[in-house]
Amino acid sequence: MPDKPFYRCQESKAGNIQNLRDILMKNFFTLISGRTKAHADGLHKGPGSQDYINATSFVEIGQEDMNRLGIKKGQLVLIRSDSGKVEAPVQPANLPAGLIFIPMGPTANKLVGTETFGTGMPSFKGQSVKVEKL
Amino acid sequence: MSTTMENVICKFCGCLCDDIIVEVEDNRILKTKRACSNGRGMFLDYDPSFQKPLIDGKQVEWDEAVSVCADILNKADSPLIYGLSSTSTEAQRKAVELADLLGAVIDSTSSVCHFPTVLAFQRTGEVTCTLGEVKNRADLLIFWGCNPMVSHIRHFTRYSAKAKGTLTPGGRKDRTIVVVDVRETPSSKTADMFLQIDSGTDYEVLTTLRALVQEKELEPGAGHIVSEELKELARMMKTCNYGVVFFGMGLTMTSGRSYNVSELFTLAAELNRFNRFSVMPMRGHGNVAGADNVLTWLSGYPSAVSFARGFPQIGPGEFTSVDMLARHEADAALIIASDPMAHFPHGAVEHLRHIPFILMAPMTNCSTKTAKVFLPTACCGIDVPGTAYRMDNVPLRLRAVLASEKPTDEEILSRIIKEVIK
Repeated sequence: MPDKPFYRCQESKAGNIQNLRDILMKNFFTLISGRTKAHADGLHKGPGSQDYINATSFVEIGQEDMNRLGIKKGQLVLIRSDSGKVEAPVQPANLPAGLIFIPMGPTANKLVGTETFGTGMPSFKGQSVKVEKL
Repeated sequence: MSTTMENVICKFCGCLCDDIIVEVEDNRILKTKRACSNGRGMFLDYDPSFQKPLIDGKQVEWDEAVSVCADILNKADSPLIYGLSSTSTEAQRKAVELADLLGAVIDSTSSVCHFPTVLAFQRTGEVTCTLGEVKNRADLLIFWGCNPMVSHIRHFTRYSAKAKGTLTPGGRKDRTIVVVDVRETPSSKTADMFLQIDSGTDYEVLTTLRALVQEKELEPGAGHIVSEELKELARMMKTCNYGVVFFGMGLTMTSGRSYNVSELFTLAAELNRFNRFSVMPMRGHGNVAGADNVLTWLSGYPSAVSFARGFPQIGPGEFTSVDMLARHEADAALIIASDPMAHFPHGAVEHLRHIPFILMAPMTNCSTKTAKVFLPTACCGIDVPGTAYRMDNVPLRLRAVLASEKPTDEEILSRIIKEVIK
């Protein structure tokens, strides 16, 4: 069994696990990708359009993690996974510690691996990545 | 002079809203009413101009393009047919016929959205309902790992949270809304209860909920943590009159995948001991549910179907598109109404760059430049009519709002089939 609580209600975000993560996994995050309204708007304008590129080419990081890594809004970070790496500007977001979000599209897909665990579905939500300040 | 068409169906997402008003002038869509921003973009940004097919970026006549497509597919040892979710069921039938003829693998975009849900259907069964039942009866709505305020914008107003129905005349006042997600979203902000769980822990939370519903003793550290919020949710699930869980990629794309969905289906089935409870996947593309239906009618399986041995076989992880491309097993591809270059992981896209592939789509997309052949066909639901399945598997007839000269997907697939047989 994992030695961390797997369920966390909104009120109990802090705890020993976070301290452990600070020490052992400072730069490691779980990447989730997903739809945004701007992504859909960009898609209608055309996947080559500036709207689409702008809508899919940034990373959202929680304020707590931004402070911990010393990153400011708009700053470029390098994100690596086993499958690839990208550079992307940071947008602050209301995300729990250890989680980052990139809108679905070519930027996120460079980081998502092709392992599907026999289901056909890659880890579009749940890809392990490392974030480094540039 | 402009003409106005009422009750047009928008096929952008699985809601298939059928009350859209479209104003057309000089064969261009000028204005829409009632459509959400996603649907509005689909109608207003559509380019209806007739284009010729492209081979290696050069314009050719349709006859030549069809002949080259047949040649590519005939020469391939392991062709892949992928996409289907934004075209009509009539075209989907033709695509299955072509796959059978070629001994190809055929896979829809379900592969990278709700294919784990399909696997869970097969394993557990599904307690389901229509969106009409949700609108008229449901007093508890749970949205798990989905964000309708962004991806299915009119879902709340037409079918669920805010819809006024026979037994829910007060609309939002008569319903309790719960959102379960790993992050705060526009949808979670509208909920009566927001359960924020750790990423990748859906299975454990669902198992805990099942135990709570059955009033089982739970030991700390045995794979569940009992919180007051979960106890309250279990109580709400048991005491509501009619509950429905809508779920999205938050369950199918995270660790556990189909097992998360199976656990949810089992929970819903067990709740029927107390009241009426259903589950429904939030299907993304307008006719992705149709692709599952058509493939199932014709082959017995909903996606990832191989005809290579002369009879249909399903192979999750084997005949699914990302796996086939990542393992370099496909040596040609026909992409229908989809954009894998924008939506597949980099490792799968790289192989697609190195094999001849045909793209059949109404407008250019990220895959157009890489395609060996681009076939600019008519857009179903704008240029031509066709059938599409709503997310609750109700088939609806899409209308044409423009007068188009473009050939349909169905016509071009029929022509390719004739050429392949030659």
